[in-house]
Amino acid sequence: MQRRQFLQGLALGSAGLMLPVLQRSWISRSEAATDRAMVVVMLRGAVDGLSVLVPYGDDVYEESRPTIAIPAPGMPGGVTDLDGYFGLHPALAKLLPLWSAGKLAFVPASGSPDGTRSHFDAQDYLESGTPGVKNTRDGWLNRLLAEVRQQNPIQAVSISSTTPRILAGAQSIASVAPGKRATRKLALDRAFVAESFAELYAGRGKIGAIYQEGRQAREAIMAGLNQEMQKADNGATSVAGLAGDARRLGQLMQRDRRVQLGFMQVGGWDTHINQGAAKGQLANKLRLLSSGLVALSDALGSRFNQTVIVVMSEFGRTVKENGNRGTDHGRGNVMWVLGGGVKGKKIYGKWPGLDRSTLEAGRDVPVVTDFRDVLQPILTQHWGLSDVQLARVLPDYGSKNSISGLLK
Amino acid sequence: MKRRAFVSLAVVGGTAWLSGIRPAAAATPDPKVLHVLNRLGFGPRPGDVARVSRMGVERYIQEQLSPEKLREPANLQRQLNKFATLKLDSGDLVREYRRPGSRDQRRMRRRMLRRKRRQVVEEARSARLLRAVESPRQLEEVMVDFWFNHFNVYAFKGLGGLWIGSYERDAIRPYVMGNFREILGATAKHPAMLLYLDNWRNTAPDSPGARGRFKGLNENYARELMELHTMGADGGYTQKDVETLARVLTGWGLANYRRSTDTGFYFDARRHDVQPKVVLGQQLTQTGEQEGEAALDLLASHPSTAKFISFKLAQYFVTDNPPQRLVDRLQKRFQATQGNIRAVLATLFQSDEFWDERYFQKKYKTPYRYMISAVRSAGIDIKNPKPLVGALAQLSMPLYGAQTPDGYDQVEKAWLNPDGMMRRLNFAVLLGGGRSRLEMRQRKPIEPGQLSDTAAMFLQPGTLRIIASKRRGLRSGLILGSPEFMYH
Repeated sequence: MQRRQFLQGLALGSAGLMLPVLQRSWISRSEAATDRAMVVVMLRGAVDGLSVLVPYGDDVYEESRPTIAIPAPGMPGGVTDLDGYFGLHPALAKLLPLWSAGKLAFVPASGSPDGTRSHFDAQDYLESGTPGVKNTRDGWLNRLLAEVRQQNPIQAVSISSTTPRILAGAQSIASVAPGKRATRKLALDRAFVAESFAELYAGRGKIGAIYQEGRQAREAIMAGLNQEMQKADNGATSVAGLAGDARRLGQLMQRDRRVQLGFMQVGGWDTHINQGAAKGQLANKLRLLSSGLVALSDALGSRFNQTVIVVMSEFGRTVKENGNRGTDHGRGNVMWVLGGGVKGKKIYGKWPGLDRSTLEAGRDVPVVTDFRDVLQPILTQHWGLSDVQLARVLPDYGSKNSISGLLK
Repeated sequence: MKRRAFVSLAVVGGTAWLSGIRPAAAATPDPKVLHVLNRLGFGPRPGDVARVSRMGVERYIQEQLSPEKLREPANLQRQLNKFATLKLDSGDLVREYRRPGSRDQRRMRRRMLRRKRRQVVEEARSARLLRAVESPRQLEEVMVDFWFNHFNVYAFKGLGGLWIGSYERDAIRPYVMGNFREILGATAKHPAMLLYLDNWRNTAPDSPGARGRFKGLNENYARELMELHTMGADGGYTQKDVETLARVLTGWGLANYRRSTDTGFYFDARRHDVQPKVVLGQQLTQTGEQEGEAALDLLASHPSTAKFISFKLAQYFVTDNPPQRLVDRLQKRFQATQGNIRAVLATLFQSDEFWDERYFQKKYKTPYRYMISAVRSAGIDIKNPKPLVGALAQLSMPLYGAQTPDGYDQVEKAWLNPDGMMRRLNFAVLLGGGRSRLEMRQRKPIEPGQLSDTAAMFLQPGTLRIIASKRRGLRSGLILGSPEFMYH
C-alpha cells in the first residue's frame, strides 16, 4: 500500500487542477489554424477481430469456434447485423448509432505485411510505420506531427505515463497520465514551485525555452482538465478507466483546438484462455472500449466533425479456437475508423472469406489490406500531405492499394 | 521560524557553497575534479570532491580503470544478495523454458514463466540502480550502461526478459573493460540476445534440421551484428554480406531439454548451412560453429568496428559531436591493442579533448544519469530502490525497456524536450522534499546543506542567489532541478 502510494508520488501524472486557470490569449488567437484532428487508439495484445466484426455469414466461422463464436443475429446474445454478412459484437452496441449515422467504418483482413507473430515486433512495426525494419527510431505519428507542426506545445497529447513508440521522435509532445493520476495535483503544479522554476530558467537560452514550452503545455492541459473535472464532479459520468481517459482527451481537444493529435492505448486483449463469447472476458473489454469511444466522440462535441479516430491492434487471432476456449496469435485483424468526415456505415477493403484455402498457413485471416493503405487517405486527404510528405511519414510505402472513398 | 537558521547562500572564492547550514568542505573545487566525477562516474556523492582533490585526478582515473581492486561495500553486497533471481543460472532457465509437454502444459508453464520474468526484471532493475548509485566502481557502472545500450536487449519481447539478469551478469559485466571480441562473443551466444534478435530460429532452409518453427533464414541478428554491434551502418558491408553472415550463424541457438548446456547456448549442426561462404571478401575456411567464431573475429578486428566503437565512446564521454581527431586517436589505439577497451579508455582520459574545458558541464544528462546523479548528490543511503525504477520509467527511460536494438540514445537531441523537462523537475521537487521513500522513512527532506559539496557545486552564483530567496523546503528540489544540474 505504502509502496504504491509512493510510486505514484514520484510519478508525474501530467496534470493537476489547483492552479488558477490561466485563460491565455492563444485560444482565440489560433483560430486561423486548422481544426483537423486525429486520435489513434492502440489495442495492445492483439484483439480478436473476428469477435469485433463478426463474419457470421460464413459457416466456417461457427464451425471453427464451437464455444466462443458470437451467435447470428436474432439469436440470444447474437451479433447486430451490419450488412447481411458481418455483424457487430453485442458488447459494442453503443457504437451502433455511430454506424447508423455513417460515422463508423471497418477494414477487415488488415494489418502489417510483416509476418511476425510476436506482440512486441508487430506493435513495433505498427507504430514505427516501417514493417520489417527494426531500426526506425521514431514513430509515424511523430513524423506526421513534423509535417503539420505549428508553434504550439500541445499539438500532440498522449494519454500515457511514458512516451509511446508511435510518438517517439524529434517533435515534442505533451502527455496526460492515464487514469486517476491525470487530475492529480503534482509537486510541480503548486504556484510557488512553478514560479521558482520559472525564475531559475528565465534567460537560459535553449533549455529555458524548452522549460517555457513544457510549462505552457502543462498549464493548457491543466486548464482543460480542470473544466473536465468540474463537469465530472457534477456527476455526468465516471472518470475512471478508459472512458475517463477518453473523455478527458476529447474535452481537451474540444476546448483547446491546438490539440490536433491524440493517442491512447488499451491493453489486455491477449485472450489465449477463456475468451468468452457474447459474454465473458473479451465482451467485457469490448464494452469498456465502446464506452470509451463513445465518450471520446461525445466529448469532442462539434470537433468530432473534423476528427478521424483510428483503432488498431498488432495482429488478429486464429480462426479456430484453441483447447483453452481461447485464440492464438494470427495475422489479419480489423481496423476501425470513426469520425465526422468518415464515409461510414461501410466495410472497406477486400474480404477473402474464411475458406481454408484462403487462410494464411491454413489457419489465419490473411493481411489483404496493409495498415498503411488505411492511413494513406487519412494522411493525404484529411491532413493534406503531399506525396513527398507522405513518403516522409511512411517511408518505403508504395501506396498502390490504398483504400479509396474512406473519407468524404 | 526556521528562517533565522538559514543564513544565505554565498559565493566564496569563485566557488559556490551553501553556508550557514554546514561548513563548506572544499574551498575551491578544481573543475577537473568535478569533470572526472561527472564523466567517469555518475557525479559526486558527499565527500567525493574532497577525496578526489586529495588523491588527484590522475590517481582517481587509474583507480577507476582497475575496478577489481576496489571493494564493493558490504552494505551494498548485502542488499544485492537479497535478490534471489540475480543468481539464476542461464542454462537452467533454458531447460525450464524449453521443457516439452502437451500444448496445455506448455501454456500453463508460459504463464508461470511470465510471472517469473516480472520478478527477474524487477530485481535486475533494482540491483542495477543500487550499484549505479552506491558502487565505488563508478567507471565500471558507467561502462555497464554504455555496453548494455550498445548490445541492447529488450526485457519484454516474449519471455526473453527471464535472462535479463543473467545477460547483464554473464555477458556484459565481466567484459566492460576487457577485450571487445570477448563481449561480442558473450552477447552473441547469450539466450537473451538469441531470443531478442531471433537468431535462435535462424536455420538453413535445406538443412536436415529445418522443420517446425526452424524453417528458414532469419537475418535479424546478422544485420544488427554488423550495423549496430560492430561496423556501423556506413561500415562498408553489403546486403550480400548480411545474408551470408546470417547463413554463417545458422544453428547458433538455444539448448533444449534433452541437449542442455551450462550457458543455454547450443550449436545445432543439423540446422547449419554447410555451403562455403565469403564474408567481407574473405573466404571462411572453418566449418560449423567455428565458422561463426571466425566471422566474429573478422568483424571485431575490422577497422570500421574500431572506428564505430571509438566514435560512440567519444560521444558518450566527451561531447555529442566528438572531434574527428579524437575518434581517430581512439581508433588507432583500439586497433593497436586488438580492441582492448581499458587501453582505449585510458587514451581517451588522457586526450586533450577530454580535458578541453569547453566540454565541461555541457553534456545533457540522459534520464538515467540525471536520476542517479541526483540521488548520489544527496548521499541517500538507499534502503528501497523500487521508487527509482518507477521514476525512471516516468522519465521515459525504463531500465531494460529500450525496444529497438540500438538502445537508448545518449545525446541531447533525444532527451531535451518539454515533457521530459517537466517530468525531471517534478522528480527533483519530490526527491528534494523527501518524498521519495528511498530510505523507507516518512518525509525526510534533503537539507540544502547536504548538497553543498555535490550538486550545489555546479550552480552559478546567480542560480544560488535565486534559490536562497526561496522557501527552505524547496531549495534542494531547486538545486537538483536547476538548469546547471541537467548537464554533466
